[in-house]
Amino acid sequence: MLLEVRDLYVEFHTREGVAKAVNGVNYSVAEGETLAVLGESGSGKSVTAQAVMGILDMPPGKIAGGEILFKDQDLLKLKADERRKIRGQEMAMIFQDALSSLNPVLTVGQQLAEMFVVHRGMSRKDAKAKAVELMDRVRIPAAKERVNQYPHQFSGGMRQRIMIAMAMALEPSLIIADEPTTALDVTVQAQVMDLLAELQRELNMGLILITHDLGVVADVADKIAVMYAGRIVETAPVHEIYKAPAHPYTKGLLQSIPRLDQKGRELYAIKGLPPNLTRIPPGCAFNPRCPMAQDVCRSDVPPLYEVDEQRRSACHFWKETLDAR
Amino acid sequence: MAELKKEQGPVDATPNVSEVETVDAVTEAEAVAAIDAPVSQGEPILQVRNLVKHFPLTQGILFKKQIGAVKAVDGISFDLYAGETLGIVGESGCGKSTVAKLLMTLERATAGEVFYKGQDITKLSGRALKAVRRNIQMVFQDPYTSLNPRMTVGDIIGEPFDIHPEVAPKGDRRRRVQELLDVVGLNPEYINRYPHQFSGGQRQRIGIARGLALNPEIIICDEPVSALDVSVQAQVINLMEKLQDEFNLSYVFIAHDLSIVRHISDRVGVMYLGKMAEIGTDTQIYDHPTHPYTQALLSAVPVPDPSAREGRERIILTGDVPSPANPPSGCRFRTRCWKAEERCATEEPLLAIPERFVSAATPAAHESACHFAEEKDVVHAA
Repeated sequence: MLLEVRDLYVEFHTREGVAKAVNGVNYSVAEGETLAVLGESGSGKSVTAQAVMGILDMPPGKIAGGEILFKDQDLLKLKADERRKIRGQEMAMIFQDALSSLNPVLTVGQQLAEMFVVHRGMSRKDAKAKAVELMDRVRIPAAKERVNQYPHQFSGGMRQRIMIAMAMALEPSLIIADEPTTALDVTVQAQVMDLLAELQRELNMGLILITHDLGVVADVADKIAVMYAGRIVETAPVHEIYKAPAHPYTKGLLQSIPRLDQKGRELYAIKGLPPNLTRIPPGCAFNPRCPMAQDVCRSDVPPLYEVDEQRRSACHFWKETLDAR
Repeated sequence: MAELKKEQGPVDATPNVSEVETVDAVTEAEAVAAIDAPVSQGEPILQVRNLVKHFPLTQGILFKKQIGAVKAVDGISFDLYAGETLGIVGESGCGKSTVAKLLMTLERATAGEVFYKGQDITKLSGRALKAVRRNIQMVFQDPYTSLNPRMTVGDIIGEPFDIHPEVAPKGDRRRRVQELLDVVGLNPEYINRYPHQFSGGQRQRIGIARGLALNPEIIICDEPVSALDVSVQAQVINLMEKLQDEFNLSYVFIAHDLSIVRHISDRVGVMYLGKMAEIGTDTQIYDHPTHPYTQALLSAVPVPDPSAREGRERIILTGDVPSPANPPSGCRFRTRCWKAEERCATEEPLLAIPERFVSAATPAAHESACHFAEEKDVVHAA
């Protein structure tokens, strides 16, 4: 296994109390595999990724427990400078907002070349040649001229390509993409996702795709982890989960999105709101919004039940959820 | 009002929209009376004709010289019928939000007309304009910045009554605001709270309540749910549909999410670089698109069904949208179109029912601005 997150806990100490952002998350990614982490804002999907990358703001954040095994090495036990060597070389991240992730006062060429100068000890000239090569690879037209341009001179889709180029630069074995196409138009989104999938195949990388878009997930993922209030509520191979969700939250999400290929009737709406992370309800965190909730859901936190060999669901009534279709 | 006259064939730029019957209002009072008159279901309530908005590009600091213009909206025409929802889709920068601002008279049109019950609102002023503005309200995209953080919810929703006191007399306002809160599914006791005490979905409900305050006939919704989480989006969409039935509202629903637009709209218009590329009923546009841009746009939308991955044809467009300051000649889509020929560069295609479909009783017979319009299903898996 390339990456294994085991029983990870992350909390934030705020004035209103301790916000429990991640509460015992387990997931794994193999080489060449795409894991989609699906969840609404505040579900802990980005915080988990930041903990894996080692870019969590601490304080106020704090890793309260768990292990992050990367190539069988626990990242949480490494010193800061050892960690820094892994970041960029072995794992890289693509952020949602390319404009604010790029430095506006440096040319894109300088920013791409920096990777090679710092990590590979190349000369500036060689590094710049590498930068042009990278820009070609992510199909930026006229790379030779554009290497000297600044981020604001690129369109949104082109900027996201530069972010991808930067993440790919040192050929890492794991890429974490946090909502990489959310800010883009659909036609550009399709271009960018295609490029990402192609490069992943070429380099046989593991990819963690963090998103709230059920459509994008269905398009590219091999398996899915659905998060709610800092926990994984369901994991499954992508085909199964869309066919028959085993958790009422996943089911609600799937029913609440309108379809492109049919008009459909009134949308199913999950009632209520996601919980405040400083006051997560006892028992199953989803119980106040769940149409199937019983007394046991209000008292006992459901474990991740084994649905079959590859599927898990954190619902006391996963059997009933599967059957009631 | 005028009867729906449908002309056939590409005669002028806007052949398939009903003729506008203008009311020659001599006095302001007559104009106000025309604006306040009711419109029955299915009649056109808003008629947009060749609407143009150019933003000047200037050079120089002291002596400004115009060196060009961003052609945000460049001659679009459509009708909005009473009680219907017209969806407008397109990529960022295609001019859809500028259309919203023009319909709201927040921007002055460079050319063209917007008829509201026969009155050209681009030329109105004073009392008549005020009456129009009462009847056309707006719901904004971002519920975090469109509500004043220093005002209570009661003040925010009640503010329209300060400008139009005839709608709710002073002593009655608090009760009206509480009624509105109840209508949008918020607890009327929240009237003294501030926006930061609400979640995104609740804030959008406050924005909707403010839009409803003056009993408008038309609500322009500019990306009303794109800032919300998936599970909350459905709640707000359902609320908007319920309110439409209850108050007989007409919506212009602007969004980039094609699935949501299909869900809520009766008719859909597809915009590209300030022009309308295709317009028709939701079935015509989604199941029988004839314009290549619509086909590319629809095929790019990921469908939440992994088994459709292989079955669907995907058209991946190359390149970016050209600059609206310097749009391509002829058909504006030709630089990214796989069907483009010489004719597309020289002759601008008109928005009309393509000749080959004119007399055919097929859903492909709807207005499409393409010389080579051809039906192609890109939504359903083969």
